[in-house]
Formats: sequence, structure tokens, C-alpha cells
Amino acid sequence: MSNVILEAKDVSIKFGGLVAVSQFNMKLVGGELAGLIGPNGAGKTTLFNMLTGVYQPTSGAISFLGEPIKGVKPFDLSKRGISRTFQNIRLFKGLSVLDNIRIAAHQHTHYSMVEALLISQRMKREEKTALDQAMDLLKIFNLENRALEIAGSLPYGQQRRLEILRALATKPKVVMLDEPAAGMNHSETHSLMDTISAIRKRFGVTVLLIEHDMKLVMGICERILVLDHGVTICEGNPSKIQKDPKVIEAYLGSAATSETKN
Amino acid sequence: MVDFKRSILMPVLVILVCLGIDYVVPEIFNPYLQTLIAYSGINIILAVSLNLVNGFTGQFSIGHAGFMAAGAYMSAFLTMTFPHWAGPIVGLNFFFNTIAGGLLAAAAGFAVGLPSLRLKGDYLAIVTLGFGEIIRVVLLNIEAVGGARGMYGIHHSASIFWTGFWVFICCFTVTRLMNSTHGRAFLSVREDEIAAESMGVDTTKYKVRAFVISSFFAGVAGSIFAHYLCYLNPSSFAFMKSIDVVVMVVLGGMGSISGSFVAAIIITLLPEALRPLQEITTIDFRMVIYSLTLIVLMLTKPQGLFGELEISDLFRKYVKRHS
Ligand SMILES: Nc1ncnc2c1ncn2[C@@H]1O[C@H](COP(=O)(O)OP(=O)(O)OP(=O)(O)O)[C@@H](O)[C@H]1O
Ligand SMILES: [Mg+2]
Repeated sequence: MSNVILEAKDVSIKFGGLVAVSQFNMKLVGGELAGLIGPNGAGKTTLFNMLTGVYQPTSGAISFLGEPIKGVKPFDLSKRGISRTFQNIRLFKGLSVLDNIRIAAHQHTHYSMVEALLISQRMKREEKTALDQAMDLLKIFNLENRALEIAGSLPYGQQRRLEILRALATKPKVVMLDEPAAGMNHSETHSLMDTISAIRKRFGVTVLLIEHDMKLVMGICERILVLDHGVTICEGNPSKIQKDPKVIEAYLGSAATSETKN
Repeated sequence: MVDFKRSILMPVLVILVCLGIDYVVPEIFNPYLQTLIAYSGINIILAVSLNLVNGFTGQFSIGHAGFMAAGAYMSAFLTMTFPHWAGPIVGLNFFFNTIAGGLLAAAAGFAVGLPSLRLKGDYLAIVTLGFGEIIRVVLLNIEAVGGARGMYGIHHSASIFWTGFWVFICCFTVTRLMNSTHGRAFLSVREDEIAAESMGVDTTKYKVRAFVISSFFAGVAGSIFAHYLCYLNPSSFAFMKSIDVVVMVVLGGMGSISGSFVAAIIITLLPEALRPLQEITTIDFRMVIYSLTLIVLMLTKPQGLFGELEISDLFRKYVKRHS
């Protein structure tokens, strides 16, 4: 395990009396596509929030590219190369599709406000680069014709895709996707999963994927972590996960309880 | 290095136009109308600058009059105490004093911006409101600037030219910023702070920047006000003044510079236009009609007159429809 880029060591977080994530350990290797699965309320999103600086762990340490990220603000982590999407889409809904992407590229522009007033050469150059790169990205998901539409007016599936593009526009080293297929139908989901593995190859990014549905990630992830009640109950390749009795129990258990609830 | 046509030639042209207007206006309009033109200009600066915070960055500030007061008193104090520090030319002294007023207001904006950043919505509004009142009360108690009596005999340095000049600088600054990556950063804070932060926008920095730039222009507006009216009193900067500016921003459309511009003129002129009515009926209907007009406008156009669009967008739409 030479090129570990994101590492979590004994990370725990408590909300009042609730231990949402407990003693979590993970080593994310550069270039891999790892999956994070677990039933409802397992702590997956909470973990993402810690890895992206939104929450600070109660104990334990997270390091990115060998440096501890304790107290580093989310925007700074984004600049260092961690990007993400959100479980309940958080696009800039009132802005155009293009501006959504360009805001993610904001960190790659360097011209000052004074230069913006004077329209300096550097501003022109950087704006042009941002525009060109944004349009190139939009082409990946065939959204280039929608560039000037308001993001909030896109159909749901396209909003999800746009959010992934926006995450990529920061030029991340690691991109974390929180249930990118939520709310999609079967065929949409499968094509999205294919796109995600294609994107990983094309951009050379490391992907950490949260998915609620275990079967979905089996196809594309090399390595899967299973979280239940904040505890890692299993880690390994898809075939190992599928056979693990604890995983089966966690999923069956949750299915059983939700059935009794209904 | 810079875009000559758009960043040097255009401002120079505008300044020449302002000089032309400055020459023509006194010939055509009587002093009363001239004052209305100047007040419209002051209100345009206030509304457009507040729009940067309330409209584009999505923060809710209702203390703009406080920053205006800071700029007004600072510049007036300089004019009274050091009448010719920047040389014999009156305009030049006024120019530098206005900038000094703007800078003090900007510093005040920074001071409010920093601690208030953790607050959102109503809470931020209360802090800015409180801050505006604090400035007013402090001024009320500083004898050096006249206290409750106010400040008399400030040199009448603010001409139509200077008003137009600063209106231009303010609109120019906000427009250019909004057409840059910095403008998009302001918008991202309004749209979704958490997402903005996750995409690498330093939301704290941009909120402070919005406050500082906005307060600077409020201070500038204050300076013009002081040097046009030639008299200052803390009561001019009471809470209602802040509310007036918020009304202009909302009426014009949160996030539309053209909207703030037009709404500022409407709000300035409407009560004056209703004055004859009062003379005929001898009852002061003005505020009633003024308020009713606002209510009707907000009911029929809740997004404000312009929504988020600019004059240029509307023009483009019009051309599209008719071609
Ligand atoms: N800010 C918070 N304050 C208090 N409790 C929280 C907070 N955030 C999360 N939790 C709790 O932590 C637990 C884990 O939540 P989390 O959202 O991480 O689950 P999840 O694995 O993402 O579930 P899902 O599949 O439903 O998205 C839940 O019990 C949740 O209520
Ligand atoms: Mg979740």
C-alpha cells in the first residue's frame, strides 16, 4: 500500500449520546474505486462530512496526501483535491448549468477583483479557459446544449449528473459520491455506474462511492467497506462481501425491521 | 495589459458625459429638481451597493444607513477641519474626502461582517440593524461632529458631476465583479453555502468582501449626501433610511443592478410626484399612496421589477421576440 492518498485512523464522531461513526479505519489508494455501503443511518454520509471537513471527528485522525486535515476548512480541502456530491442534490439551483461548473473552477482562477474591473489579459485568459473546460465537461454527459439553462429546471437525473460534473470541475484527486443513483430507475442507475467507472479512468481520479443498494456497487467497485451502526463490519472485494454473514445479517436485519414497520 | 476599450476608454467617456450633464442640468432644471437628481443618484449608489450583499450574496443586511452615516460624517469632518489638504481644487478635496469616508465605512463593514458571518437570515439582520443604530447613537454623542445638533455649513462640493461620477463607479464596479469569477463566488454563497464551500469557494472571505465593498459605496453615498445638503444630523441615518434602501433593492429585484437603479429613482421621486396631490386636498396622502403603490407592485411582481435580469437581458429578449 504505497500510495495511500486518504487515510482515516480510528475516526469516531458523537452527536450528543449517539455515536454515529465509531473507530473507523480506511486507506484509500490512489486510482481505486472503492464503495461504502450500509443500511439507513449507518453513518455513511456522516463519514463523508468528516472526510470533507464539514464535521470534525470527536476522536481519531484523517490525513490526506500524508498531511493531517484536522481543522482544515471544506473549501481548503476542495483546493487540495477532495471533491464531493451530496445525497440530497445541492446544486446552485438558481444559476445556469454553465455557472454551476464554473463556480467549481473558481479555485483555478487567480485574477484579482481589481483585474476583474480592468478586464486584464489574465482575466480574459482564465475566463476563456474556464469556459472551454466547462463546455468540455458538459459534453461528457451530453449537457452542452443545456449550458445556459437554470440548473434547478433540469430533470432530476440530469441534476444528479450535473452535480458529478461539478465535483469533477474542481479537478479533484479524490471524488466522493453520496448515493449518486438515488431516485433513479434501474437502467439509469446502470448507465450511471458505467459512466462513473469510465470517468475514473478518464480523469484518473480516486472514487469513493456511497451506495445504499449493495448489488449496484458490486459490479464496479474493487473494494467495498460495509458500515452498520457506525461500525465497519466488513471490508474486502465484492465476492467476499456478498458471502459475509455479518453483512447479510445487517442487510436482512434492516430489511426485516423495515418490513415489520410497514 | 488591460482591455483598453472597455476599461479605460469607456470610463473616460462616461466622465466626459457626466461633465456635460453637470454643465447642462443647472441650465434646464431648477434647484429643486437638481436636488431630486442628486438624491436619486445617492439612492442609486445605496441600492446598487446593498444589492451586492442582499441580492447577490444572499445575506440580509438592514443597516446600510449606518455605513452611510460613517462615510458622511468622516468626509464632512475632513472637509470642515482640513478644507484644502489635497490642494486648492475643491473637487479634488471632495474626491479624496469621499474616498476617506468610503474607507471608514468599509472598515465598519469589515467589523460587522467578521463576527456576523456565523449568523444567517434574521439573526444577521438583527446584528446589522443594531450596528446601524450604534453608529447613529455614537455620532449623536460625539461633540466634535455636532452631536444631536448636527453639523452645519459643510462646503457644497457635491455637484451633479460628482454624483454621476460615483453612480457610474458604483454600477461599473458591481457589474464588472458580477461578470467575473468573483461575482459567481458571491452568487454561490447565496445559492448554497455548503455546496459553495465544498467546491472551493471561501465563503467567509466572500461574505466579508461583499460587506466591505457594499459599505464602501454606502460611505461614498453618505459623503455626497453631506456635501450636497451641507448639513448633517444623526436622525437622517435612522433605521427608516436603511429600510428605504432595502425596499429599493427588493422592489427593483434582488440580484438586478438595473432593477436597483430604476427602483432607487422611483422611490426618490414617487413621494415628490405626489406632493401636488397634498396641496390640492390639504391632507398628506403621500405615504398612504406610496405604501399602496409598493404593496400593489410587490403583489403583482413579487420578484421585483426586473427579477434577476438586467436591462441588457430584457433588451435582448425584446429583440428576439421581434425578429
Ligand atoms: N448533525 C447531526 N446531528 C445529530 N445526529 C446526526 C447528525 N448527522 C447525522 N446524525 C445521525 O447519525 C446517524 C448516521 O447518519 P448518516 O446520515 O450518516 O447515515 P447514512 O449512512 O448516510 O444513512 P442513509 O443511507 O439514510 O443516507 C443517524 O442516526 C443520524 O440521525
Ligand atoms: Mg446518507
